[in-house]
Amino acid sequence: MSETPIIDLKEVSFQWPGVTGFTLSVPSFSVAQGDSVLLLGESGSGKSTLLSLICGTALPKSGTVEVAGQNLEHLSGGARDRFRADHIGVVFQQFNLLPFGSVEDNILLPLRFAPERRKRCQNPRDEAAKLCDALGLSRRLLPQKAAKLSVGQQQRVAVARALIGAPPLLIADEPTSALDETRQAQFLDLLFAQVRAVGGTLLMVSHDPRIASRFDRTVSMSDLLQKREIPS
Amino acid sequence: MILRLAIGSLIARLATVMMTALAIALSVALFLGVEKVRTGAKASFADTISGTDLIVGARSGSVQLLLYSVFRIGNATNNVTWESYQDIANRPEVDWIVPISLGDSHRQFRVMGTTPAFFDHYQYRRDRGLEVSQGHLMTDLFDAVVGYDVAKTLGYTPGDPIVLAHGIASFTEHKDQPFRVAGVLAKTGTPVDRTVIVSMEAIEAIHVDWRSGAKSAGPSTPVEVLRTMDLTPKAVTAALVGVKSPLKTFALQRSINDYAQEPLLAILPGVALQELWSIVGLAETALLAVSVMVVITALIGMMATLFASLNERRREMAIFRAVGASPKTILGLLVLEATLTAAIGGITGLGLLYSSLVIAQPMLDSAFGLYLPIEPPARRELLAVFVVVIAGAIVSLVPALRAYRLSLADGMTVKS
Repeated sequence: MSETPIIDLKEVSFQWPGVTGFTLSVPSFSVAQGDSVLLLGESGSGKSTLLSLICGTALPKSGTVEVAGQNLEHLSGGARDRFRADHIGVVFQQFNLLPFGSVEDNILLPLRFAPERRKRCQNPRDEAAKLCDALGLSRRLLPQKAAKLSVGQQQRVAVARALIGAPPLLIADEPTSALDETRQAQFLDLLFAQVRAVGGTLLMVSHDPRIASRFDRTVSMSDLLQKREIPS
Repeated sequence: MILRLAIGSLIARLATVMMTALAIALSVALFLGVEKVRTGAKASFADTISGTDLIVGARSGSVQLLLYSVFRIGNATNNVTWESYQDIANRPEVDWIVPISLGDSHRQFRVMGTTPAFFDHYQYRRDRGLEVSQGHLMTDLFDAVVGYDVAKTLGYTPGDPIVLAHGIASFTEHKDQPFRVAGVLAKTGTPVDRTVIVSMEAIEAIHVDWRSGAKSAGPSTPVEVLRTMDLTPKAVTAALVGVKSPLKTFALQRSINDYAQEPLLAILPGVALQELWSIVGLAETALLAVSVMVVITALIGMMATLFASLNERRREMAIFRAVGASPKTILGLLVLEATLTAAIGGITGLGLLYSSLVIAQPMLDSAFGLYLPIEPPARRELLAVFVVVIAGAIVSLVPALRAYRLSLADGMTVKS
């Protein structure tokens, strides 16, 4: 198992439909299972596009994207959505939660779409409560509306949601940029501890090189990409 | 959980959702209300006269005969002679016959001469008969019984004097033969409420001095003399007939229509009422069409609201996509929300209808004689609400399909 990388991109090129002047190409990018990788890059460097390709919400124009050994292009749209639900937990920069749902509903939401992760949870509500404990969230928050929580609390709920049912890959897109510096460190401590606890792989995107020391590996977007401007 | 989230999402946009649901509720209530009034009016209309098998009058149109004999609208072109009336009355098929004599008025109300048998045989709303609420029926030649509306409008109570006018909207009054109000009838919701009823003899008596539409010169015949005269009517305007066996109705009708001595017309009140309704009912159908359009407008309003909400909900859709929901789920979610909204609207509409019915029922009954029964929703009504909910779901497909395309293009990221 360990020799199969969790993420493996080969000769990938991508173009947003309707946008002619911009293509993204990644000759090669792979992440081994259990690794923690920091992807450094400024905004607009194609990070979000790369994440969309890995998550299978966008398909490459050419090349292959494999996640956990599965070529995403070989899956139908619905199967890709299910695959994403089962294998990848996602944490965004902010606005991670459905504001009208309770904290518990938000945490349990992926299980609704991910049969394998659901199987791993004997008792989903217990799991959610345990994750809250581990992430320093009071259990009393569980029945509350997500909109009532502070930004820091919301980000931690998002981590709980991404980790429930132990998906093999956690993708975090600038998860700390909405937090102040002390809370950033605190948040990263909790994040790393939990990813290790479930034995998952972490791919985090950030523009902040100061946190690089925490990761096994740091990759810069500019090294990764061959970004070409095609005259239109 | 999806249902809970959909409800949560609705609650989060409570004001908008409530407004949309209220618009649907009002339109549904309007539609069902119009439908209720329509069927109620039709039933009330058809219930104007019952228990009478045939109406006989001089030959004209069946609707015209019905209009003047039952609704007191318009005038008879001709009368039926007393001889013909007696002929019909003596037929073996005839169980009972009540003569009607029209032509005079009192203020804005028509005067009808008849026999006491009228009070026994006139029925409305299937089997309800006329009842005297104050006083008693005619006992004297110059006694009059007034309908509920007459008494209410003119403030009559038993014992009050009442002077009839010759003809309709005329200034010539039968001043020399004043009548007395003997009784007031209970409310029926039929044209009887707007009628002054006197005896056939009284009609005859007040016209003793009249020749071809004008009062003859000289002093009137004194009331005392009138009382001693033979007041057998020379003609009647129309007659209500009950037959012994319903099977005989058509045979009797045919033989009256073929009556050789005088051109007569016998009609089946139910058939004539339906014929009349097909004319009157057109307006009601137009009203119903308008209320259907109001329902459609409310549904389009909901569609517009959903469209407007799509942009602010792109973040929400991205979250659903990130946790693995397919664009189909997002489409389903929007349709579910719209269906819930329409269902809330539909059920609230039913509630609105019934609460306004409870309030308005007595008023409608007393003001217009329109009786709307309060019953549990009929299959038709439930079906209408169901159709509105389904239509809501279908209409929401338009914005939902747009959401589907948006979420397919956006994926987890929201581009603006």
